[in-house]
Amino acid sequence: MSALPTWGAIAAIVLSSTAGDVLLSRAMRQVGDVGELWHRQGLWAVFKAVVTNPGFLFALFFMAISFFGLLTALSWADVSLVVPAAASLSYITNAFAAGFFLRERVDRRRWLAALLVCAGVALLAA
Amino acid sequence: MTLRRYLVLLATIIFASFGDISLSYGMRRVGAISAARWTELIAAVFNPWVALGILLLLGFLASYLSSLSWSDLTYVLPATSFGYVLLALLSMWLLGERVSISRWAGILLVSSGVAIVTRGPSATRPQRGLEAKPAGGKP
Repeated sequence: MSALPTWGAIAAIVLSSTAGDVLLSRAMRQVGDVGELWHRQGLWAVFKAVVTNPGFLFALFFMAISFFGLLTALSWADVSLVVPAAASLSYITNAFAAGFFLRERVDRRRWLAALLVCAGVALLAA
Repeated sequence: MTLRRYLVLLATIIFASFGDISLSYGMRRVGAISAARWTELIAAVFNPWVALGILLLLGFLASYLSSLSWSDLTYVLPATSFGYVLLALLSMWLLGERVSISRWAGILLVSSGVAIVTRGPSATRPQRGLEAKPAGGKP
């Protein structure tokens, strides 16, 4: 298989897993501190608040796309390319997306951490 | 960040690493499953190691969701990437795998990233739970 479809699949995995994480993060922020909620209203209230959040369900949808993208990419290319590439690049896309969509303050410290982890994961998972 | 929150992050890392190890150990015992005999996947769930792996990954999901409810995504993701380091060390100690120089370099880079991000604030955007509290009444 030539490189273009493989990198296309890796891009699809990275983008859908980023969308999943951003939606999950937003959904959990809407739910609020689950420790406090558990303390006030019990575990069932936490479970109900999470699974009835539309963002949580969207997140699951994108995570499923990312998973099937991974399976597809693995049928074309080596696991030693696909897994490290997708895992490490998603730290960079998440830093962009969290700043843009979630309005997190992604300062120099966070960028440096994301870049170090991105490089480290690429070396570890290869 | 309270001690309880650090423990939740630690639980996220431990559940993910041990869950992956348990799943991969179990699936190696089950053997390769072909698309034509996909029903074997259902039987694989009853392998004790696969079942334990699934339970551990449910524990990972619960602690990951919990940490996202009070921390930024750009804090939780780099902080929990320490799981890759734990996985490399566990595969060396438990499975006797050799750790090459490039993997040691990876361990060093990921650890530095974790150290840098955990020295900063864990949340930088307004929390709904905290905004709602004063309106809720009770002091």
